[in-house]
Amino acid sequence: MTERVRITHPRTTAARPVQGRPPAREIDELTAVGELYLASLMRSQRRAAFAVCLGAVGLLLALALGAAEIPGWSRITLAGVRLPWVLVGVAVYPVLLLAGALAVRLAERNEREFAALMHER
Amino acid sequence: MGTQGWAVAGVVLVSVGTVGVGSLGLRRARTTGDFYVASRAVTPRWNAAAVSGEYLSAASFLGIAGLVLTYGFDMLWYPVGYTAGYLVLLTLVAAPLRRSGAYTLPDFAQIRLGSTVVRRTASVLVVLIGWLYLVPQLQGASLALSAQTGAPGWTGGLVVCAVVLTTVAVAGMRSITFAQAVQYWVKLTALLIPAVVLATVWHARHDRLPAQTLGGWLNPLGSGLDHPLYVTLSLIVAICLGTMGLPHVLVRFYTNPDGRNARRTALIVIGLLSVFYQLPTLFGVFGRRYLPGLAGTRLADATVLLLPERMLAGLPGQVLGGLVTAGAFAAFLSTASGLTVSVAGVLSQDVLGRRGDRRRRIRTFRVAAVLSLAVPYALSLAGARVSLAAVVGLAFALAACTFCPLLVLGIWWRGLTAAGALAGLVAGGTLAGVAVLATLVLAPRSGWPGALLSQPAAWIVPLTFTVMVAVSLATRSRLPAGVGRVLVRLHVPESVAAELPSIDRSAR
Repeated sequence: MTERVRITHPRTTAARPVQGRPPAREIDELTAVGELYLASLMRSQRRAAFAVCLGAVGLLLALALGAAEIPGWSRITLAGVRLPWVLVGVAVYPVLLLAGALAVRLAERNEREFAALMHER
Repeated sequence: MGTQGWAVAGVVLVSVGTVGVGSLGLRRARTTGDFYVASRAVTPRWNAAAVSGEYLSAASFLGIAGLVLTYGFDMLWYPVGYTAGYLVLLTLVAAPLRRSGAYTLPDFAQIRLGSTVVRRTASVLVVLIGWLYLVPQLQGASLALSAQTGAPGWTGGLVVCAVVLTTVAVAGMRSITFAQAVQYWVKLTALLIPAVVLATVWHARHDRLPAQTLGGWLNPLGSGLDHPLYVTLSLIVAICLGTMGLPHVLVRFYTNPDGRNARRTALIVIGLLSVFYQLPTLFGVFGRRYLPGLAGTRLADATVLLLPERMLAGLPGQVLGGLVTAGAFAAFLSTASGLTVSVAGVLSQDVLGRRGDRRRRIRTFRVAAVLSLAVPYALSLAGARVSLAAVVGLAFALAACTFCPLLVLGIWWRGLTAAGALAGLVAGGTLAGVAVLATLVLAPRSGWPGALLSQPAAWIVPLTFTVMVAVSLATRSRLPAGVGRVLVRLHVPESVAAELPSIDRSAR
C-alpha cells in the first residue's frame, strides 16, 4: 500500500478571505456593499411585516363582508349564539394573537439571520 | 348607603390610589429623562399592562356597551379594531420606531426627514388628536358622576383634571408606568366581577333577548345607519391604522429598552386587550334586555354603570354599581393622564420652547400639562350629541389619515421626502379635520355625505398615501441627507448596532 498524497495548489490557502472587510463595517460606512446589506434586511423585514399585517386586516375585512353578504351565517348557532357573534365577538381575538406571535417570530428570525451574516468571517 | 355612596367611595378610592401609586415613584425621578420616560427600565410585561391600562379609555369601558345596546352586531367591530390596531402597530411600526429613538411623533418626523416644518406640522396634529381624544374622557367622567350621584354635569371632568394634573405634574412618567399598569388590572376586575355575576343571574333566570330585537339588531348591517357596510369597513380601517398614530401609545413604547422588547410588548398588549374586550359586549347585550329605553339616547353610554342595579336588587347591585363606577374612573384617569403627558410633552418642546435648565424645563412641562387639559375641559362642557366611542373613533380616523402614512412610508420606503410628507400631512389633516368638525358640529346628515364624513378613513387614508408618494417622487432630487444612516438605525437590530461606531447611541 502506498501512502496517500494530497496534491493541492500552493495558493489555495493564500486565497482564503483574509483581506475581506467585515460586513458590519460596510454597513457602518454605508459603502455600496453596505447599502446592499441594508436593502436586503429591509426587504426581508418588509415582506414579513406586510404579509402578516395585510393578511390579518384582509381577514377582518373579509369577515365583515362575509357576515354582511352571507345571510345563512346568522341561521347557524353555537351554544345558542349566532355564528357572526361568535366569530366577531370571540373567535377573532385568538387569531389576532397568533398572527402577532407569527410576526414576532418572523421578524426575530430575519434579525438573527442578519446578525449571523454580519458576524461571518 | 345606596349606589350613590358606593360610587363616591369607588371614585375617591381610585383617585387617591392613583395619586398614591404615582407619588411612590417620586423619589426615583431624578433626571429629566426619568421624569419623561421612566429611564426605559420597564419590562415588556409591565409595559404591556401600562399600554393597555392607558389605552382602555371611556370609549372602551363605557362606549362599546352603549353602542352595542343601541346598534347591535355591527358595533362588535369597535373592540376588534381596537385590538387589531396593535397587530398593525407590532408588524409595521413597533421595533423601527423604538430604534429611531423618537419620543414623540414630531421627533420621528425630524429624525427621519430632518425638517423643522414637518416637525411643527406633526406637533400641531398631535395636539389636535390629543385634545379630540381627551374631550370624550372628560365628558364620560361628567356623565358617570351625574348618572351615579346626581352631581352637576361639570364635576366629573373637573375631578379627572385635578387628579391627572396632580399625578403628572408632581411625579412624571416613571410613576405613571406603574400607575397605568395597575389601572389595567383595576379596569379588568371592575368589569369582570360584575360581568360574571350578571351572566350568572341571566343564566339562572333563563333570560332571553326580547323578540322585537331579533330583527335588525342581531344581524350584520342591521344597525339602521346609512350605508352600514361602508361605515363598518371604514371604521375597521380607521381604528387598525389609527392606533399607531395615537400620541400616548407611542410615548409608552419608548419606555421599552429595545426594538425586540417593543414588539413583545405589543404582542402582550394584544393578549390583554383580547381578554378585556370580551366584557363590554356582554354588558351591551344584557342592556338591550334590561335597559332598552337607553337605546339611542345620551345615557346609552351609561349602560355599564346602570346595569348592575337594574339587574340585581338591593346591596349586591349597589356594590357592583360602585365597582363599575370606580373602574370607569380608572379608565378616564389613565387615558387622560397618558394623553396629557404626551400633549404636554409636545407643547412644552415645540410651542413653549425647551430652553433653560432642567428646573425651568420641568416648570414649562407643568404649564403645558395645565394647558393640555384646560382646552378639552372647556370643550367638554359644550355638551355632545355624538357618543363617546364615536368621538374616540374620529380621533383614530384623524391619526390614521395623517400619521399612519408618515410612519409606514418613513420606515419602509427610502424615497419619502420632507416635501412629500408635508404635503400628505397637510392634505390628510385638512380633509380629516373638516370631516371631524362637520360630524361634531353640524347637524347629522343622512346618505353618502353623512357616511363619508362620519367615517372618513376609507377614502382619506389612500389619498394621503398617494399624495405623499407622488410629491416625494416629484421632489426626488431633495431626498434628505443621510437617509441611509437613519434607515440603518431604524432596522439594524441592537446586537449588531452595538458594534457600529457610526450609530449615535446616546439617543437610544
